[in-house]
Amino acid sequence: MKNIDSFGHLRGESLFVDDIITRHDTLFGLVFDSPKAHGKIISVDYAKAEEVKGVVKIFTCNDILGENQIGGIIPDEPLWAENEVHFIGQPIAFIVAESEVIAKKARALIHIEIEELPVIITAKEAKEKGNFINPSRSFKLGDTENSFLKCDYVFEGETFSNGQEHLYLETQGSYAVPMENGNIKITSSTQGPTIVQKTVAKVLGVSMHKIEVDVIRLGGAFGGKEDQATAWAVMTAVAVQHLKKPVKYVLNRHDDLRMTGKRHPYESTFKIGLTKDLKIQAFEVDFLQNSGAAADLSPAIAERTLFHATNSYFIPNVMTTVYSCKTNLPPNTAFRGFGGPQGMFVIESAIAKAANEIGVNKRLIQEANLIAENDEFYYGQIATQVEAQKSWFASKEKYNLEKLEKEVEIFNKDNSQFKKGISLMPIAFGISFTNTPMNHARALIHIYQDGSVGVSTGAVEMGQSVNTKMLQVAFNTLGIDPSKVKLETTNTTRVANTSPTAASATADLNGKAVLQACNSLVDRLKLVASKMLSVKENDIIFKEDFVFINNKKSNLSWEKVVAKAMLERVALSENAHYATPIIHFDKTKEKGHPFSYHVYGTAITTTTVDCLRGTYEVNAVQIVHDFGKSMNLGIDIGQVEGGLAQGIGWMTMEEIVYNENGQLLSNTLSSYKVPDVFSVPKEIDVIPLETEGNDMAILKSKAVGEPPLMYGIGTYFAIQNAVAAFNPNYKPKFHSPFTPEKVLMSLYEN
Amino acid sequence: MIQFILNNKIIKTSANSGMTLLDFIRENEQLKGTKIGCREGDCGACTVLVGTLNKNKISYKSITSCISPLGNANGKHIVTIEGLNLAQDLNFVQKSLSDNHATQCGFCTPGFAVSLTDYALTKSNKNIETGHDAISGNICRCTGYKSIEEAVKDITEKLAFKDADHQIKWLIDENFIPNYFIEIPKKLNDLKVPELISSNGTIVANGTDLFVQFADKFSEEKIQLIGEDPSLKGIAFSDNICTIGASTTVTEILENDKLRILFPKLKSFLKLVSSQQIRNMGTLGGNFVNASPIGDMSIFFLALNSTLKIKHNNGTTREIPLSEFHQNYKKYDLQDGELITAVSFLIPDKNTFFNFEKVSKRTHLDIASVNTAGKITIDNNIIIDAYFSLGGVAAIPKFLVKTNDFLRGKIIDIELIKQAEKVLQLEISPISDVRGTADYKRLLARQLFFAHFIEFFPNQIKFQNLINN
Repeated sequence: MKNIDSFGHLRGESLFVDDIITRHDTLFGLVFDSPKAHGKIISVDYAKAEEVKGVVKIFTCNDILGENQIGGIIPDEPLWAENEVHFIGQPIAFIVAESEVIAKKARALIHIEIEELPVIITAKEAKEKGNFINPSRSFKLGDTENSFLKCDYVFEGETFSNGQEHLYLETQGSYAVPMENGNIKITSSTQGPTIVQKTVAKVLGVSMHKIEVDVIRLGGAFGGKEDQATAWAVMTAVAVQHLKKPVKYVLNRHDDLRMTGKRHPYESTFKIGLTKDLKIQAFEVDFLQNSGAAADLSPAIAERTLFHATNSYFIPNVMTTVYSCKTNLPPNTAFRGFGGPQGMFVIESAIAKAANEIGVNKRLIQEANLIAENDEFYYGQIATQVEAQKSWFASKEKYNLEKLEKEVEIFNKDNSQFKKGISLMPIAFGISFTNTPMNHARALIHIYQDGSVGVSTGAVEMGQSVNTKMLQVAFNTLGIDPSKVKLETTNTTRVANTSPTAASATADLNGKAVLQACNSLVDRLKLVASKMLSVKENDIIFKEDFVFINNKKSNLSWEKVVAKAMLERVALSENAHYATPIIHFDKTKEKGHPFSYHVYGTAITTTTVDCLRGTYEVNAVQIVHDFGKSMNLGIDIGQVEGGLAQGIGWMTMEEIVYNENGQLLSNTLSSYKVPDVFSVPKEIDVIPLETEGNDMAILKSKAVGEPPLMYGIGTYFAIQNAVAAFNPNYKPKFHSPFTPEKVLMSLYEN
Repeated sequence: MIQFILNNKIIKTSANSGMTLLDFIRENEQLKGTKIGCREGDCGACTVLVGTLNKNKISYKSITSCISPLGNANGKHIVTIEGLNLAQDLNFVQKSLSDNHATQCGFCTPGFAVSLTDYALTKSNKNIETGHDAISGNICRCTGYKSIEEAVKDITEKLAFKDADHQIKWLIDENFIPNYFIEIPKKLNDLKVPELISSNGTIVANGTDLFVQFADKFSEEKIQLIGEDPSLKGIAFSDNICTIGASTTVTEILENDKLRILFPKLKSFLKLVSSQQIRNMGTLGGNFVNASPIGDMSIFFLALNSTLKIKHNNGTTREIPLSEFHQNYKKYDLQDGELITAVSFLIPDKNTFFNFEKVSKRTHLDIASVNTAGKITIDNNIIIDAYFSLGGVAAIPKFLVKTNDFLRGKIIDIELIKQAEKVLQLEISPISDVRGTADYKRLLARQLFFAHFIEFFPNQIKFQNLINN
């Protein structure tokens, strides 16, 4: 089944925040933000800006009737700066005017004086100065100190992985409209409608029930609209509270790039110990997460980095620590993988370093250490239904790795200007919010009296086709034609207290709720139908819009049963609640069973480097991926390909650059490049792993949003292998992205 | 008064000609299918088609409406995604994208559908490569493009059957475009749109540079549009000189048959220059006066040892070598009232070789870290003439005077090239910036200089001999 939104998307009829009908008296907002990365605000002069014709009001922290606080995990982030600024792009005021152009003119006339304070850009510097978001956290298994003594090889090294701009094609935005009795309705481009609702209520000083948040769909999000969609929605709501007029704010691209946080850069140091049989005996890492100027989701992201520090390997002695370092960058935030990719990059780097030093192929070390059934993930969860080795060996066999490696070897022998590299990248990614209390969802289903159905859930559609999957669950369970089912917008008045659409878990959580609700409705309608037909309930199923008795089609239609149920005053609506069973995690011990399951897979990446120009292309990425029993392979493969492309972008061309003053230099689409049609792999091949699937996944169809991004890490090492094939003096470094600049410098280093 | 046809609707508007076409479409006409992604021509979400009537035949090109002045729509047929929709079903391009799961969040999707319709409408050969060129300016952050590539395949297969003589009719019959397209040439003719006269304000050709910077300003000010001025367009050959009008677009250069014969690799060179949408708009004159030290066209025409023709609005004209035009960072030899009207260069003979190289973070639609062009004329291994230019290594697009002088009259061999590279390094002064460190740019300058010779003389100059690694 295709994405149910395809038709509207392709005709340009799908609605995003910037497309919805606005009231004619709608006003437009624009943020005035800090031009300095750190300092004390001495004065701000709004006089000239306020004189501009068409400027209605400029809002500052003094206009807030509730709390000037939007921090989610830790209350450390004001909506509008009060006395100090902590990053360039930090909102200070909100200009509301009759048009965006007017607001921009006014913004240029605001004069601010800031007494500058020292600026910290890197995590390392923040750590040295003791600037942290929260206390560090450590996970531990076994005894690394003792184990290193018994190792034949011990290597140390450092890694850096840069940030990444989400570059959702639709920028952040919100449209807030005053309703009666001081209620406000907000249409927001957010992954977390409840977070918006809760934060608006807090800042406005009103109860949550006064605030309705509606989400139609997002034009991409990738984590960038989990926490960071909130501020703009709150600003429009504050303006509505005061002005009693609709206020719209859709960020222009440059403001969005400058003001919003990105994937966290990580600076890390590792120590890895192996015995002669290439078994990794001990592994230690210190992760320095560059969190930016406020907590945002950093502590949760740091936690997931620890969870994925050993990727898909079993290592008996592990000690990892993560420091969330406070710097003067915009607060960094969720991005597909949520700290997991940064963790995996380090273990893969450590293995590459060890392989290089020992003088063996990296994949021999990878293969010798893959996690097996009943091994313990180092945070205490026992690995079950493990597909790590299965996907590894399947990829080797199905893509004939031996032949591929031979081809690369011959190519490199025959060519001087071009060199090829090949690498394997296994993944194991845990599914569930690592914060156990967030693993719940609800669905509200109405069967209308004509037999058509409306489905509301807490899931936000952002291109991942979660609505298509919800529709599949609903029409399959109800036994009716898909055209009878409509997916409603995500709205806090229909489904409340939701977790954000994140952690790849949304289809599982909401899908299970849809399933439960549909099953309850089916049970009730079976009772009605059984009376109508005078047969036993158990002999009835709904299928193809009709009642089937013992699998034989009757002439009683779905519509007739629904109409009868209506007359019989049977409830045709159902609300279901699902909370993931089994999972738990004890943060005092840093042990538990945090994930409902893991997603596995292995990617083989082949690249070619032009050793004259330092440019490269990814020839092929060949993947065996664990979808479970995919409920929609077309959509799921789309997630693999898209995630992979994003991962490759992160590892290759996407380079965030801040200068020493904390100013973003990669601040336009002409200076920040994401993959285009020419730069993605020439070939992406995805073979679904043959597997039984997992009951914790919706219809045994495993979560697919985030895991494939990490296949992109393989590209870094494939390029590295090609570089090494050219330059025998090259000393492998682990500093991503591997831009053409780094490639050329590596090709010719002595 | 600006007049044009928007989809199937005749527009007569007094809106300011400096307003962006995108804002007119979305705000004045409330057509929301054309999306705002970046407002700098770098994402393609706002792609629309521009149909130009020429002797009762209409030809279409894709552009990014976010940096296109409304005034340039005058007399044209502008097509948005809404104007491509059939009454009920998806059109062929839309259906191909849908069938291949090539839409996820949907925000970039209308832009892709419009660009691929441009692919169907243009005369170019239909193969996967030209299909990809059509979407070279469209960014999708969701799909990883593979599903879109599959759609391109399906569309390409279908277009193999296109009736080139009656292409609009064929495309209508095959559900690529709605019926009303057949009437458009007549409607445009009947409109009899007068030329847009504007004689004051900032001079703008097609906006690819100025509208990135000043779209807000121009939305309220008068601008003087020269992109459609016939006296500034066209590619002419006389004797051994080629003259190209300053408002000629990169696409027009790329599609010129004679130039493609003179420069067999023209296509691969110019594919490194921005995207199809931007090449359809960006003009030579615009690139010269943008004066970026890494302006691709400046570098390209420097190595052709080109001459600029400049005209003052008092009627006087003058000519100067392009190599003397750029004086310092963003400073150039153009007085108030002067306009570049054309660029001319000597047509290369059979002993002359030309090459263009560019390296950027992303190969396509990106600004170079270093770009360079070289032209060399030889007679029995002796260099008669050499013209090399190098971008991204100085405050201006650098004409390598000393390197060129050094090479002239010498016999080509590996040693000479290596020595010339040493001269080159003394001529340049790269700085570290977002496009690379100074060290990188120096190394890249060496590599790309070597690349010229490997490309000129593939049998004689080998990579492994130049690089002793």
